[in-house]
Amino acid sequence: MLLIPCPHCGPRPEIEFRCGGEAHIARPAAPAEVGDADWAQYLFYRTNPKDVHAERWLHAHGCQRWFNALRDTASDRIIAIYAMGEPRPAVPSPIVPAQGGGDGRKSAVVIPPTPNPSPQGGGEEC
Amino acid sequence: MAQPFRLAQGGRTGRSRPIAMRFNGRVVEAYAGDTVASALLANGIHLVGRSFKYHRPRGIFSYGSEEPNALFSVDRGGDRIDPNNRGTSLEAVDGMSLASQNHWPTLGFDIGAINDALSPLFVAGFYYKTFMWPRSFWDKLYEPWIRAAAGLGRTPAKADPDRYQHAHAHCAVLVVGAGPTGLAAALAASESGKRVVLADEQAEMGGALLHDTTSTIDGKSAWTWLSDTLAILAGRENVTLLPRTTVFGYYNHNHLGLVQRVTDHLPRSHPDLPRERLWQVRAGEVVLATGAHERSLVFADNDRPGIMLAESLRAYVNRYGVAPGRRAVVATCSASAYTAAIDLQEAGLDVALVDLRPEAECAAEAESLRRAGCEVLTGHTVVGSFGRKRVAGLIVAPVSASGAIGSPRTLSCDCVGLSGGWTPAVHLFSQSRGKLRFNRAIDAFIPGASAQAERSAGAAAGTYRLSACLEEGWLAGVAAARLENARAFAASTTRVGFRPVRIIPGCDGRRRSRAFVDLQNDVTAKDIGLAVREGFESIEHVKRYTTTGMATDQGKTANMTALGLVAEALGEPVPEVGTTTFRPPYTPVTFGALAGASCGKLFDPIRTTPMHDWAVARGAVFEDVGLWKRARYFPRAGEDMHGAVARECTAVRAQVGILDASTLGKIEVVGPDAGEFLNRIYTNSFERLEPGRCRYGLILKEDGYILDDGVVARLASDRFHVTTTTGGASRVLQHMEDYLQTEWPELKVYLTSIAEQYAVIALQGPKARDVLAPLVEGIDLAAAAFPHMSARAGVICGVPCRVFRISFTGEFGFEINVPSDYGQAVWEALIERGEAFGITPYGTEAMHVLRAEKGFIIVGQETDGTVTPDDVGLAGLMAMSKADFVGRRSLLRPDLVSTRRKQLVGLLTEDALTVLDEGAQLVADPAQPTPMRMLGHVTSSYWSANCQRSIALALVEAGRSVTGQRLCATTPSGFTSVWVCEPVFFDPKGERVHG
Repeated sequence: MLLIPCPHCGPRPEIEFRCGGEAHIARPAAPAEVGDADWAQYLFYRTNPKDVHAERWLHAHGCQRWFNALRDTASDRIIAIYAMGEPRPAVPSPIVPAQGGGDGRKSAVVIPPTPNPSPQGGGEEC
Repeated sequence: MAQPFRLAQGGRTGRSRPIAMRFNGRVVEAYAGDTVASALLANGIHLVGRSFKYHRPRGIFSYGSEEPNALFSVDRGGDRIDPNNRGTSLEAVDGMSLASQNHWPTLGFDIGAINDALSPLFVAGFYYKTFMWPRSFWDKLYEPWIRAAAGLGRTPAKADPDRYQHAHAHCAVLVVGAGPTGLAAALAASESGKRVVLADEQAEMGGALLHDTTSTIDGKSAWTWLSDTLAILAGRENVTLLPRTTVFGYYNHNHLGLVQRVTDHLPRSHPDLPRERLWQVRAGEVVLATGAHERSLVFADNDRPGIMLAESLRAYVNRYGVAPGRRAVVATCSASAYTAAIDLQEAGLDVALVDLRPEAECAAEAESLRRAGCEVLTGHTVVGSFGRKRVAGLIVAPVSASGAIGSPRTLSCDCVGLSGGWTPAVHLFSQSRGKLRFNRAIDAFIPGASAQAERSAGAAAGTYRLSACLEEGWLAGVAAARLENARAFAASTTRVGFRPVRIIPGCDGRRRSRAFVDLQNDVTAKDIGLAVREGFESIEHVKRYTTTGMATDQGKTANMTALGLVAEALGEPVPEVGTTTFRPPYTPVTFGALAGASCGKLFDPIRTTPMHDWAVARGAVFEDVGLWKRARYFPRAGEDMHGAVARECTAVRAQVGILDASTLGKIEVVGPDAGEFLNRIYTNSFERLEPGRCRYGLILKEDGYILDDGVVARLASDRFHVTTTTGGASRVLQHMEDYLQTEWPELKVYLTSIAEQYAVIALQGPKARDVLAPLVEGIDLAAAAFPHMSARAGVICGVPCRVFRISFTGEFGFEINVPSDYGQAVWEALIERGEAFGITPYGTEAMHVLRAEKGFIIVGQETDGTVTPDDVGLAGLMAMSKADFVGRRSLLRPDLVSTRRKQLVGLLTEDALTVLDEGAQLVADPAQPTPMRMLGHVTSSYWSANCQRSIALALVEAGRSVTGQRLCATTPSGFTSVWVCEPVFFDPKGERVHG
């Protein structure tokens, strides 16, 4: 179960939350002027990356507030959380280990990566 | 003589505390501290079960949780019966009864053993190949027969009387496994003062140290070091020691599942303690010190009782003071088995050792054992064994460097220890999604890069030397706790190293030879070879086809051997073949522990309305609606549901009925932009809705389909009282919050659920005003002053209330909202006042019938998430003149304006007495060939007492255009004719709501 850092309540277990799918899918300002194909794109088409994914979360059994999160879909590591309406923070790709740091925006909380222990005991030569 | 195989001295069992238990009815004496397995062995009992498929006699194979054979049904008295317990981890308790499994009529004489003679038939994939024809045998013969033969152990017939508990914990460092590595890690991590949890599956902590009588650590004997270390850890306030606790699952973000056996080791259940406790631990860091499993050797008839793993022989002698036999043969290709052999010899057993490796590879070990007085045959292989219910001898033969087998000889014995080397227990690491890498030098997969905040150390990481394990454990503990304290350990040397052997020389493919790889599922080396020959090349496919590793032990002693065999058969290196996926749980977890307190009345939360007790007292029959209990009907003496519902429906239309509608969702929408917000959320227009007026509205999802419906009352220009369906309450609030917070944050609106704050009483029928009038103050109930679809605030029975003149029955009526605490009092006052008018409480069933008579939809019954407002004839509620509302744009998509969409219609059966099934399919012509063209389906169907006939609603393709036509509906016995009509059956002009 994920441990999700709610920006208002702190880290809470995943069962308190509801995932709202991909973030930054802007609802067209004037839907009536959008053609069928573009409207279908808005309604139905989502990315499904094995990579960092920006997604919306609702702390449904907590503060009832929506927020955005960047999650690495391969490792499930949550890389950053930020408010609705804010642009996606620039964070290093999880594949390249580097300092967490974000883009310096104050509101985005960038969570430092889990320290990966140094190489494990490699077994002894026999 | 009691316990004839108990050694005169030695072991850690409490010799001053004798206990007695029963095994298949026979009394077995033992000591406190024994496992069931050590107790049986102390009494010379090796035959403890029959194998799953061939019903071969099987004995105790190991000393720990990896046990494939020794499974018992345990009876602790008082219906506390539990099958499939591993006797090697089960603590012996005074008074417990054990029964062996998988045989009939007795363990000694088992009819099922005929399968063993027929074994050439039962090859891999036997079921897939055999039970294909004839078709008519599937249901009547094959399935009943297979089901009767299948299954391991017997499910208890009675409910489990024990209690189980769930617990949650957080810690800085969780150390899994309390062997030398885990103890060193816990010592190191706890120096930080941070919270440390050390969990171990065994009753006693210490792991391999518990059967190590010769090693020394820092100048102390292993046992002294162990007790000193445990005393230090127990004395540290920041350390929690959890013995008898299996870490069975490693999930996301360092969330681990543990199951603690709390009372199974006590002679009787404790009134204040749960039997088991399921822990969910969220750990900052995890140290995996889970040790390693010994591998077996694969040769013909390697499964006889008395044949076990070499380290297990050592554990029974050293830890339990039990001799598994008088004369032992150890067969090995691993150095560690020599330590076992020496310990057996020291304990007074007669020991011979057979090593597959040539003398040059193991000269030092061999010499030390010969000096101790044992016969050592290096460069020898095992070609078979004999002994019916207990091994009596091992057949060995010299093997040359080229693989040529020399002439065999027999080593008579009554127990055998096998050691094919070691496999690190990487289960939890792999569950944590860490990547394994193959280390050729130790022929094992070991943890590679971690995926979570986790470290593996010691034997779990492929490190087997005691001093190295201690140091690696310490370093892991230090790093996990962010310390830099260094510490060195001086430990005596350990015999390590082995030569990996897949299928041992001399184990040829003779037709009848059975060389077992997976003991619990009876998978032989031949089965695996056959699977590969039949084209199963992926290890995951071989696993499923042969069922190797799929038994309750999950192949802990078998998987690496099976993998080696597949690699050899394919001619590929082991890492190319890869492992099967490790999944939780590490060892079986009881359903009781998983369920915890969530059973019986606590299975699911139950929501009741403020008037629930009144309905219970009146004998209401309830139905579940979501988590709510709703009164379905109120039967009178001798009345069935049909009669009660007919009476309730008639009373509402003739006099007055009263319904508890408290379960409706209620949301207060407040703020200067509340009107604008609802205008965007609902299809309807709210701009011209004046305070004091109500409107029935539809909410769509963005895709244009109906999400929910309900009445919206405007209480003031900036305040709305919104009702939702019972089931849609939280869904609608979330939907509204989503748009408010994420799309239109500029709107000044607050949303507050007031569902629990108000009890709702629906008073419906021609006499509703007469009942209500004397109880209300401050509201003019006259039709002109309080018209249909309006809302008023006032006082009822001295309590503030919101009264809506709305109707879900088509009758004149009111819905009265009062604070929940007063719900029952107001209800009772209305009942009392209404008696003179024949007031009749009605339930949800009558409510459904009454609204269907009027053709009112129920979201979730007439709609299914793919239904638009126009589909159900509510196009008039769509204010398409508004520039936008949620779902508006989608309503114009080509599929949603298609004339072939299913539309809501009414159905009248040709025979008025026939009530259709809800869900029945509709076709034009029942004579057409199958598959028939389905035109739609029945969504609601009832007997209507008010119409004196059956009525139904249906969604039918282009339904409104076929009004008046005849269709056919499916019935359990065929078809019945129906006429399509307008979806309204009673008061089609809607005059009755006005009174």
